[in-house]
Amino acid sequence: MPSIISISGVTKTYATGFKALKEINLDIERGEIFALLGPNGAGKTTLISIVCGIVNRSSGTVTVDGHDISRDYRTARSLIGLVPQELTIDAFESVWATVNYSRGLFGKPANHAFVEKVLRDLSLWDKKDAKAITLSGGMKRRLMIAKALSHEPRVLFLDEPTAGVDVELRQDMWEMVRRLREDGVTIILTTHYIEEAEAMADRVGVINRGEIVLVEDKAELMRTLGRKRLLLELRSPLATIPETFSRYALELSPDGDRLTYTYDNQSERPGVASLLRDLEAAGIQFRDIDTQNSSLEEIFVNLVRKDA
Amino acid sequence: MNLRAVWAIYKMEMARAFRTVLQSIVSPVISTSLYFVVFGSAIGSRITEIDGVSYGAFIVPGLIMLSLLTQSISNASFAIYFPKFVGSIYELLSAPVSYLEIIIAYVGGAATKSIILGLIILATAGLFVPLTIEHPVWMLAFLVLTAVTFSLFGFIIGIWAKSFEQLQLVPLLIITPLTFLGGSFYSIDMLPGVWRTVTLFNPVLYLVSGFRWSFYGKSDVSIGISLGMTVVFLLVCIAIVAWIFRTGYRLRN
Repeated sequence: MPSIISISGVTKTYATGFKALKEINLDIERGEIFALLGPNGAGKTTLISIVCGIVNRSSGTVTVDGHDISRDYRTARSLIGLVPQELTIDAFESVWATVNYSRGLFGKPANHAFVEKVLRDLSLWDKKDAKAITLSGGMKRRLMIAKALSHEPRVLFLDEPTAGVDVELRQDMWEMVRRLREDGVTIILTTHYIEEAEAMADRVGVINRGEIVLVEDKAELMRTLGRKRLLLELRSPLATIPETFSRYALELSPDGDRLTYTYDNQSERPGVASLLRDLEAAGIQFRDIDTQNSSLEEIFVNLVRKDA
Repeated sequence: MNLRAVWAIYKMEMARAFRTVLQSIVSPVISTSLYFVVFGSAIGSRITEIDGVSYGAFIVPGLIMLSLLTQSISNASFAIYFPKFVGSIYELLSAPVSYLEIIIAYVGGAATKSIILGLIILATAGLFVPLTIEHPVWMLAFLVLTAVTFSLFGFIIGIWAKSFEQLQLVPLLIITPLTFLGGSFYSIDMLPGVWRTVTLFNPVLYLVSGFRWSFYGKSDVSIGISLGMTVVFLLVCIAIVAWIFRTGYRLRN
C-alpha cells in the first residue's frame, strides 16, 4: 500500500532568507507511529505546518493518502488532525462549543454522540460546559487533542504533545495514542523527549538544521547505532589498567574498582568474550558483571553532534 | 463549498457577540443617545431645519452610518486579528476551507452584527425624533452594502495588523475623521466653497448622503453617484482581499 503521507523535495525559505527546510523527502507509512526528533529550531514544526496547510512551502510536493495538499487541499486536510505545540484555544468558548465548532470547521455533520465519546475518552466530559480559560494546563492540552480528533482524522500530528505535561497525564496520552493506532490512525509526533519516541514509535526520523539526517525503524536503529557497555565490578581495585588491554580502550573508575568497556555492533574492537578470557588470564577477578544498551537519547545526541 | 464550516464560523462569531452584548450593543446605543441629547436637543434646537428636515432627524442617517462604519471595521478586524494574536488561527488554516468561505463567514458575521446594531440605533432614534423613511428598500440596501464593505475593510486591517496598536490605527486616524467630516452632522451646502470641494473627495460623504436620501429623499450628491462610490469601494476591498489570499500575506508565511 502506498504511504499515507509522501513528502518530496520540500523546501522552505522564510522572507528573512532563513532556510528552515532544505530538500525534505519523507514517507510516512499507513498506521505507524512515527517520531520526528530534532533539537529546537531544526524544522520540525515548519515541516508539520506545511503538511497541515498552515505555512506555504517554497517548493516540493506533499500528498496525503494520494491527495495533493494544494490541488486537492480539501480532501487532504480533512484527513488530518493537528495538535500544535502551543496551547492556543479561544479562551472564552466552552469545551463543548469549541469541539463541536472544530468538527463543523472540517465539514463534518454534527454528531453529538461522537463528540461526547471523544470528551469522555479524554476525561473532559464533566468539564464540557467550562470555559477553556478555566481549565488547567493538562486539560487544555487534552481539549486541543479533542478538537483535533473531533472530525475523525486518519492522520494525527502531535507537536510536542507532552511538553510541560505531568507524568500521569503523559502515561494517559501514550495510552490514547496506542488506542488510536489500533483504530488505524497514523500518528506523527515530534518531540525532544527521546524517551517518548523510544516508548512509542515504530520508526524514528531525525531532523537537524532543516535536513532529515536519518529515518530508521526504531528497533533497528537501537541495534545498529546503539552502543553497549559492559560494566565489571572488580574484586580488588586496580591502580592502572595493564598495558595488554590497551586494544580494548577500557575505562577505569577513579577508585579503581570498576572497569567499563564500551562497544557497538559495527565496532572494530574485539568482542566481549575475548575480553573476559584476557581478564581471566591476567588474573583480574570480578564480583559482578552488567551490560547497558545506550538509549535513543545518546544515539540522537551523537547524530546531531556529528552533524554540527 | 464547505457550508458546514461557514456555518460553524458564523455561529461562533454570533455567539461571541451575544457573549459581549454590553460591548457590542449597549455601548453604541448609549453613545448614540448621547449624540441625540447633545446635537439633537441642546444644539439642534438652535439650528433651523435643513432641506425641510428638523436637525434632530437630519443627523439620524449620519449617526447610523457612523456606528455602522466603526462597528463593521472593529467587529471584523478583531474577529480575525484575535485568533492570529493568540495563535488559534492554526485551526482555521489547517481546515478544509477555502478563502472565499472564510471571508463569507467572518465578513457575514461582522456585517450581521453591525446591521442589527444599525437597526437598534434606528429604533432608538425613533424614540427621540419623528422619522420618515421614504425608500425603505434602498435604506436596507445601503445598510447592507455599507456593512459588508466595511466589514471587508476591517477584515483586511485585521490581517494586516501586527499589534493591537496597528489594529486601532486605521479606525482612529482615518475612519473617525472621515466620518465626522463626511456630512454626518451637516449638509455640505453649509460649508464654504473650498471645503465643499475637499469634502467631495471623502468617500464617507457618499455613503451618508445616499443613506440620508433613502430617508428623506434629499441628498448632497446624486443617489447614482452615492451608490457607485460605495460599490467602487467594495470592489477595491475585494481586490485587496483576493491579493492577500493569493499570496498568503501575513497568514501563511
